[in-house]
Amino acid sequence: MAKTHITTTVNGDEYEVLCEVDQTLLDVLRDELHLTGTKEGCSSGDCGACSVMVDGRLMCSCLVLGVEADGKSIDTIEGMADGDVLHPLQRNFLELNGLQCGICTPGILIAAKNLLERNPNPTETEIRFWLAGNLCRCTGYDKIIRSVMAAAEEMRGN
Amino acid sequence: MATILEDSKFNPDQKLKVVGTNPVKHDGPDKVTGRAKFGADMYLPGMLFGKILRSPHAHAILKSIDTSAAEALPGVNAVATRDDFPELQAGTPGGDLSRNIMAREKVLYDGHPVAAVAATSESIARRALKLIKVEYEILPHVIDPVEAMQPGAPILHSHLRTKGVEGAQDTPTNVVERLVCEMGDVEKGFAAADFIVEGEYDSKPMHQSYIEPQGCVASASQDGQIELYCCTQGIHVFRDRIGEILKIDSAKIRVSQSEMGGGFGGKTSPYAEPVAAVLSRKSARPVKIVLTRNEVFRCTGPVSATKSKIKMGCTKDGKITAAQADLVFQTGAFTGSMFFNGPWAMFTRYALDNIHTVACEVVSNRPKVNAFRAPCVPQIVFGVEALVSEMANKVGMDQIDFRLKNAAKEGDTTVFGQTFERIGFVETLEAAKQTDHYKSKLPEGWGRGVSTGFWFNRDGDTTGSLTITPGGSVTIMVGTSDVAGSRISLSMMAAEELGVPVEKVRAILSDTAMMGNNRVTAGSRTTYSAGMVIVDSARQAIAEMCRRAAEIWGVPVEGVEFVDGAVHPSSSNVGEFEPMSIAEIAAKTSVSHGAISGHTEMNVTGAGPGFGVHLVDCEVDRGTGRVDIKRYTVIEDAGKAIHPLQVEGQYQGGAIQGVGWALNEEYIYGEDGRLQNPGFLDYRIPVASDVPMVDTVIVEVPNPRHPYGLRGVGEVPVTPTLGAVGNAIGDAIGIRPTSLPMSPPKILKLLKDAGLNTN
Repeated sequence: MAKTHITTTVNGDEYEVLCEVDQTLLDVLRDELHLTGTKEGCSSGDCGACSVMVDGRLMCSCLVLGVEADGKSIDTIEGMADGDVLHPLQRNFLELNGLQCGICTPGILIAAKNLLERNPNPTETEIRFWLAGNLCRCTGYDKIIRSVMAAAEEMRGN
Repeated sequence: MATILEDSKFNPDQKLKVVGTNPVKHDGPDKVTGRAKFGADMYLPGMLFGKILRSPHAHAILKSIDTSAAEALPGVNAVATRDDFPELQAGTPGGDLSRNIMAREKVLYDGHPVAAVAATSESIARRALKLIKVEYEILPHVIDPVEAMQPGAPILHSHLRTKGVEGAQDTPTNVVERLVCEMGDVEKGFAAADFIVEGEYDSKPMHQSYIEPQGCVASASQDGQIELYCCTQGIHVFRDRIGEILKIDSAKIRVSQSEMGGGFGGKTSPYAEPVAAVLSRKSARPVKIVLTRNEVFRCTGPVSATKSKIKMGCTKDGKITAAQADLVFQTGAFTGSMFFNGPWAMFTRYALDNIHTVACEVVSNRPKVNAFRAPCVPQIVFGVEALVSEMANKVGMDQIDFRLKNAAKEGDTTVFGQTFERIGFVETLEAAKQTDHYKSKLPEGWGRGVSTGFWFNRDGDTTGSLTITPGGSVTIMVGTSDVAGSRISLSMMAAEELGVPVEKVRAILSDTAMMGNNRVTAGSRTTYSAGMVIVDSARQAIAEMCRRAAEIWGVPVEGVEFVDGAVHPSSSNVGEFEPMSIAEIAAKTSVSHGAISGHTEMNVTGAGPGFGVHLVDCEVDRGTGRVDIKRYTVIEDAGKAIHPLQVEGQYQGGAIQGVGWALNEEYIYGEDGRLQNPGFLDYRIPVASDVPMVDTVIVEVPNPRHPYGLRGVGEVPVTPTLGAVGNAIGDAIGIRPTSLPMSPPKILKLLKDAGLNTN
C-alpha cells in the first residue's frame, strides 16, 4: 500500500513521516516516532489513555488518522515538563499519589492541563466531569481529583 | 544464620523513621513524563507485528485451517496454528493451557484463538488474517453455568468427570469439581436458632479491565533461546508454563517484565506470549503482539459468574448458630477459577461453629476465567452480608454491634483449618463505629449499607537481593512484579533497616535469569513476602558490615553493633573507635572484600489475614432505577501501613472496582453465544463523574510475623463492596437486591414490582 508523506510538529519539533493511510495518529506517534508515552487502551475513544493536544484541542489520538496530522501541531506527555522541571500537575500527582500503575496517567495529565488552561479554578464536580473520558482502574479517582485540585491551587498562586 | 523466617524481630516500640511516611515512589517520575515502558512500548530492530485469528463461534469442531493464501501475502513472515504447538494431553494443566492459547480439536468460546500471523506491519497482518480459511462444524453451546450442569447440556470436554464425587462416572460432564466444606453440625445449629434467614443470589462475570491490554515482544534465536518481554504478574510462572507447553527448557527462556498497566489478577497467566514465541521461532525475527480491547474482553479474564443459595440462623440475642450454602462457580471453558476461595472465605470473619457448604465448579462456552482481587469471594459475600444485615434487623441490633458480637478473634478456627493468630477484625469494626460516616444522620431518602470482608493474604516462594554500592547507596532487586508501588515500599523497608534515607535506595525488578523462582504477584502477597526477603537481605549485609568493622578494629564481632546506619563498638569495653557509616565501610572494604550484599530466597509464611468494613450511603432514583453512591468509607486493617498513601489507594481503588461490579459491569451474551459488549462503551467501568471521594481509615493491628507488622492490603478492599452497596440499596428502597449487577433495569423492576416506581 502506498504511504503518505506528512509533516507534523510534535512538542515543538518538526517531523516528516511516511504513514499508511489506515494508521491512526496514535500509531504514528508510537510506531513511527517511538513516542510511547501516549498509551493505547481501547482504540475506540472510550478510555482517554491516548489523549493528546492537536492544534490546542484535546483529542483521542486513536480517533485521528495520521495523515490528518499533516501541518498540525501535536502536544504529548513527553513535552509537558519544562526540561527537568516538572509541570505542577506532574509534581502534584507524584506527591499526592495520583497514580498507581501509571498507564492512564499521561492521558489524564494532558486532559487535566487542558482543563486548567480553560478553567483555573474548577470545582471537584467540574474536574470529575472533565476527566470522565479518562478511565482509571487502579485509584478509584480520589487521589487523581485531589492532585488536580492541588495543582490548580498552586498554579493560581495560592 | 537464623533468618527472619524464624524470628522477624518485630518490635512494636521501634521508632520508625521511614516506614509510615509517604515518599514519592521512584518509578513515579517516569510515569508522569511518558518515559515508563509498558508491555506495548518495546520495539526491536527487524520486529514483526503479530495478530491472532479468533473463533466467531461459541462451540465448534475445528475441522480444517487453510493458511496458504495468508502465507503467500507479501510481508507475511510466519503463520502459526495448532500444528505448531506440541500436543499435550487434554485435561492436564499443560494440555488445558495449550488449548486455551491455541484451539486444537474444538473452539470453546467466542474469541478462542485458531491461528496467528506475523507480518512487517499491523495492517498487513490484519489483511493476512482475513485470508485464512477455517472450516467449523458448529455445535450447540451453553453459557449459563446452571444450564451447563443439567443432563443433556452440550458437553465441552469428553474427558471430564467430576472430581469429589464418589463412584464411577460413565458419561462426561461439565462439572469439574464438587467441594464440600464443613465444620460442626448445621442441623443442630439451625435447631438452636430463633431466626433463620435465607436467600438466592447470582452474579455475572466482570472483567479486571486493566487499562493496559496485554503486550509482549518475543525474540527467538536459531539455537532455541527465547527472550520474552511482557507485562506479567509472574515472570517465572510465565517462563515455566511457556516452557511446558512449547517443550522448551525453562533456562532457555528469559522473561523480562515491563511496567504493568494494571493486572488485578488478570495477568497471572499467558495468552498471546507463547504465540509470539512460536511466530518468532518460525520467522527468526522478533514478534510483537498487543491485544486489542476487543480481544482483552473476549479472551482474557474475566471473573466467575456465580449462583448461590445461602441460609443462616441466629439466636434472639444475636449469636449466629449455623451457616449453609450451595454454590455454583462458572470457570469458562477450562478449570482454574480458584473457586475454593468462595466457600473458604464466605463466612470467615465470623466465629461460627456450624458450617456446611457445597460448591461446584462448572465449565461453559465462555473465556477461561482468571484471577481477580480475592478470586471468587466478593460475589458470594454479596449474599452472606445481605443475610447478616437481615439477621441484625430481626434481632434489633445495630449493624456493627451484631457483627462485633460474632466477630472472629485470635484462637478461632476457620472452616479451612487455620487457627487465627493475632487478627484485627474487632478493632476494624470498632474503628468503623467511630467514623463520622457511621455516626452521621442519614439524609432523607438515602440508604446506608454495612458489609465486612476477609482475605487470607498470601505469601510463598520469593527471592530478593540487596547490594551496597562503594559510595554507600543501596540497590535492591526482587523477582516479583510491581503492580501498584511495591518498589517504593520495599525501598522504604531497606532504608529503615540500614538507617539511610529512602533516596539512597533504588529497587529494580529482575528478569527470570537474575533471580530464583517467585510465586506470582497476587493474593496481596508481594509487599509482605518481598519485604521479608529484602529485610533479610539487609540484615545479612548488616552482619557483614559488622564482621568487616570487627576486622578493621581488631575486635571480636560480638563487640560490634549496627545502629542508625553505622557500626559502633557495642560498649566502651570493646575499645574507643569512631563509628563507621555504611558509606565509610563500603568505601574501605568494597575492593578488598567484595561488595557488601545480602541475598535471600525463602518460602515465606506467616501472612496475616486481613479484614475490612465498608460503609456506603446511596440514593436510588425511583424513576430510572439508577443508584448514586453518595458517600463511601473503607475501614481496613493493614497491620502496618508502610506507605499510607499507597495503602489508601488500594482501599479506594478496590472499593470503586467493586462499585462498578455492583452496579453496572457484566458480560452480556447473545443467543448465538457471542459476547455483545466487548468494549469500554458497552462494558462501562466507573468513570470519575460516577463516584464520590472514598474516605479511608487505616487500622493497624500488627502481624508480628513480619519485621514491620504488615499485612497484605490488595484483596480485602473488594470483598465487602458488593454486599455493602447491596445493603445500602436495600436500606434505601426496602427491598434488598439479589442479582448482580444491580443495574438500573433490575432496580427499576424491583421498584415496579413493589409499586414504588415513580413513573
